[in-house]
Order: sequence, then structure tokens, then C-alpha cells
Amino acid sequence: MMVLDIAYREFRNLFLTPLAWVILGVVQFILAWFFFSSIEVFFSLQDQLTTMSNPPGVTDLVISPLFRTAGIVLLMVLPLLTMRLISEERRNHTLSLLQSAPLSISEIVIGKYLGLLMFITVVVAVISLMPVSLYLGTTPDTGKLIAGLLGLFLLLAAFSAAGIYMSSLTDNPMVAAISSFGLLLLLWIINTGTSQSGASGEASPDVLGYLSMHTHFSNMLRGIVNTADIAYFILFILCFIILTIRQMETIRLQS
Amino acid sequence: MSSLISVNNLSRYYGDHCAVDDISFTLEKGDILGFLGPNGAGKSTTMQMLTGNLALHHGSITINGYDLIDQPVPAKSQIGYLPEHPPLYRDLSVGEYLHYCARLHRVPAQRIAEQAEIAMLRCDLQDVSRRLIRNLSKGFQQRVGIAQAILHQPPVIILDEPTVGLDPIQIIDIRKLIRELGSDHGIILCTHILPEVQAVCNRVQIINEGAIAYSAAMKQYQEKRYHIRLASACSPAQLEAYPLFSKVEVIDERHFIVDSDAEAADITAFISEQQLGLTHFSEYSDSLESTFVSIVSGSGVGADNSTAIAGDVAA
Repeated sequence: MMVLDIAYREFRNLFLTPLAWVILGVVQFILAWFFFSSIEVFFSLQDQLTTMSNPPGVTDLVISPLFRTAGIVLLMVLPLLTMRLISEERRNHTLSLLQSAPLSISEIVIGKYLGLLMFITVVVAVISLMPVSLYLGTTPDTGKLIAGLLGLFLLLAAFSAAGIYMSSLTDNPMVAAISSFGLLLLLWIINTGTSQSGASGEASPDVLGYLSMHTHFSNMLRGIVNTADIAYFILFILCFIILTIRQMETIRLQS
Repeated sequence: MSSLISVNNLSRYYGDHCAVDDISFTLEKGDILGFLGPNGAGKSTTMQMLTGNLALHHGSITINGYDLIDQPVPAKSQIGYLPEHPPLYRDLSVGEYLHYCARLHRVPAQRIAEQAEIAMLRCDLQDVSRRLIRNLSKGFQQRVGIAQAILHQPPVIILDEPTVGLDPIQIIDIRKLIRELGSDHGIILCTHILPEVQAVCNRVQIINEGAIAYSAAMKQYQEKRYHIRLASACSPAQLEAYPLFSKVEVIDERHFIVDSDAEAADITAFISEQQLGLTHFSEYSDSLESTFVSIVSGSGVGADNSTAIAGDVAA
């Protein structure tokens, strides 16, 4: 299976440079710090919580904020990983190896994307160790935890799809990184002006709210696994993958 | 039995600039086709189109019976390609890289190790198989690129300037390898080094400003010409009188270029026998060079040849 060969090579290549290790390490360190401070806050609030009739549990106070922060941190970091995918191959003239091999362009793009998904699986798995460790002392809401992990995975998969497209647009990795960071940030905050009133979700289904990745991610962090949200991420990914394939065809036609 | 490669009326534009203009040629099994041309003549563009790296704007390419546009995947599986810049992953070791290439070219899993071993042996890379490509010298990197192109034993091998950066001994080895491969593959050798074409090719095509300006079998350049200088003056008629020389060209009264089918040793023996006083004797083999120069500089010979070639290509 050629796609898997490319995916596996891409995944291995990430770990040949220090970049992937550094990213894993730095992200993990920051999130661990955040995790511990959330637990501190949780302990200090515990007295008040016992007095409430329907108190938020450890899942709402520690795990969901952790995933939300992970989303924001990786929004800044993932463009650094995706920037190389295609632009560096163009710059180092290695793309011709893939293009002259008996492969279609979709196989190349999908292979590279799957390689990135493998890396994201590792990132999510490593992050999930922190909430899972809470099982030692308490019983978090497993359903919410799984919904949150699924949400984080889909969010990162969407980031990667946008990143690989940006990487195909230029042969300068830095330009690819900055433009994908800009695009992701825009899609993250696009509804800030309108979302204040409809923060509860379905209240005002406006266009900007629908476009914002943040809206869909938040739903899943609250434990709501909604077809609409999953469809949003799947469509987002498909759209950027198809755009990337088109862009690669254009490179072949024009460059 | 169809040709390994048949190219018909191929054109390619970059914007308004026409890089390759309506070229046609074929490559047969056992051919080593030298593709000559000055910089920017369209050599690399043509090679990139043949290997599916660039889309074609007009015309068609058929590789071993598969049309490159209609059946790109089977067509590309017939080719091994060394581009101008060898496509190397600098963070991999030579062995890892060749294994990956073998997988990309759909070499069956149980044969990958064997094929990689053969390719490394042929390009003399066994000693560096565990080293990272980034740490290899330019010559070794070039050889890894060649190994990558011949790894899956494709029917067609396209080498774009394969001997760049190699030392003279390596150049000889690689030329030997190309000749060896030529017996059961079709090879296109793209270069601007004339002696290289003379050393290995059996056909030559000169491309200039996007069009094929000259195409011929190499045989005609294998007729022996010698450069002789004599101690005393001698008239050309005197030399022509000897049956040993089929043609005599005069440079000055003591200085001639002669055509002959005799071996060099016989000629030197003959001249000293005649007591003409030989002071200089060398093989004169730049007739391809003069053809090349006249075509590229656009003088009359080029124009004459191009009409002759139109017939050659059509036939």
C-alpha cells in the first residue's frame, strides 16, 4: 500500500530532526504546568463546591480547560510541523522522486497527511496521559473525556489539513508557517464579535459562529458529540486536502 | 514491438516563452541516446515531461506502450529518473533511502533488500550504506541518485547530467555502467559534455532553442580521423596518393587532418617508413563538437542539418 509507505516515511522523518521531539517536549511541559495549576485551583475551590447543589466536577474544572489550552498551544505549534511537508520537498527538489514514481498526486498528498495524523495521534495520546492519571485519585467523567479527546484530535487534524495546503502554496517553509498560523488564528477568533450573545451554543446559529473552529471544539469539550460538529471538521479536512491536490496539479502545470 | 519511448509533437510553454517546440523522437531498446544542448535549450524540460514531473501542453508521450496522460501510473513505473538535482532525503542513510525508493517503485517486499544491494554494488556505495546522505560528498550523493534511478530495473532510464561532481575515475566507472545497462535497457543521457556522448552513446540528438536541430547515429563519428604534423613541408596531393588515407584536410603545409580506417599504430609505422618526419600525431575526434558548435551558434551547417533531420525523424 503506497499511501501507507509514504505516511510511515513521513512520520519517521519527523522524528529524524529534533523539531518533532522539541515540539512534543515543549507542549507537554507547558500543558503539565497548566494541568498542575488547574488541580491546585480545583483543591482550593473544593470547599465551595461541596456546598453547591450541582457542582462542576473535576472533568469540567481540570480536563476541559486542559484540552482548550492544548488546542490553543498547538494552534501556534502545528504550523511549524506542517510547513515543511510540501514546501521543503519543492525547495530541496525531492518532489520529483515522488512525482516520477508510479504514484498519483492524491496518493502523495494523502500519504503525507496520514503521516501527520500519526504524529497527531502521538501528541493526543501523550496529552491524554495527564487526565487519565486522575483516575488514580478520583473518577472523572469518562464520556466527557473521550468526547474531549475526539474533539482535540479532530481539531488538530483540521489544523494539519490547513497547514499542508499552505505548505503547497509556497516553496518557502517560513511563509507557509506564518500563513497557516494566520489562517488558523482567524478561523479560531472569527466569531468573537458575535459569539457573546450565543455562547450557550444553539442560541444564534450565525454564519461566523459556524465557521469558527472554536465553536465546534467547545461543543465537544462540553461532552456534546454532535454530527454537525464532526461533519464540520470532516468537511474542513476534505476541503483542504482537495485544495492541496489541486494545487499540486497546478504546480505540475505551471512551474 | 513498439518503441520504449515515442514522443510526438511535444510542446511546452512557460507563459509566452516556448521552451520545447514540437519535438518528436523515439527510443528503442538497446539505444543509448545522447541528448545534447546548450544551457536553457529545453533538455531538462523535456526530461521532466517524459517523467511526469511537468504537464505537457501539446503532443503525446508513450512509454513502453502506456500513454503518459491516459495511464500515468503504469507509464511512470517503466522509468528510472535521475533529475538534474538528485532528489535525496538528506536525513536518511543511503540504505534507508534506497529501501524507501524501492517501495515507492513497487518493488515486491521480498526483493527490496536484494535490489538495493545490487544498485549499491553497481554504483559502488556498499561502504557508505549506513551513512547519512547529508554527510556524503557531492560525488557520492550523485551516485546515490544514479542508484535510485536504476534500482527497480526499469526498461527506460533517464539520466540528467549523471556525471556532475564525480571524479575522473568515477566518471569512467559510471560510463561503463551506462554502457552495461544500455544492452538491455533504453537510456536517455542528457548532458552538455560532448566526450561523454562520444564515449557511451549510440545515437545523438542536439536540441537547441526547444527544437531538435540534429539527430544521427553515432557511427559516423566513429570513423577515425587523425591529426598529423610533419617535420618538413608536404603537399596534400602527395599524402592523398597513399591509399591509407581516404581524405586529407589541410591546415597548413606541414599540418593535416586525415581520415583513415587503419589503426593508429599502422599509420605511425607507415609515416615513419615514408620518412616524412612525424612530429605530432593524435586522434582527432571533435567532429561532433564542430557540429554542435555550428548548430548552437546558428551558422549555416545547423540549418542544413535540420532539414536533413526532419527526414531522419520522420523515418
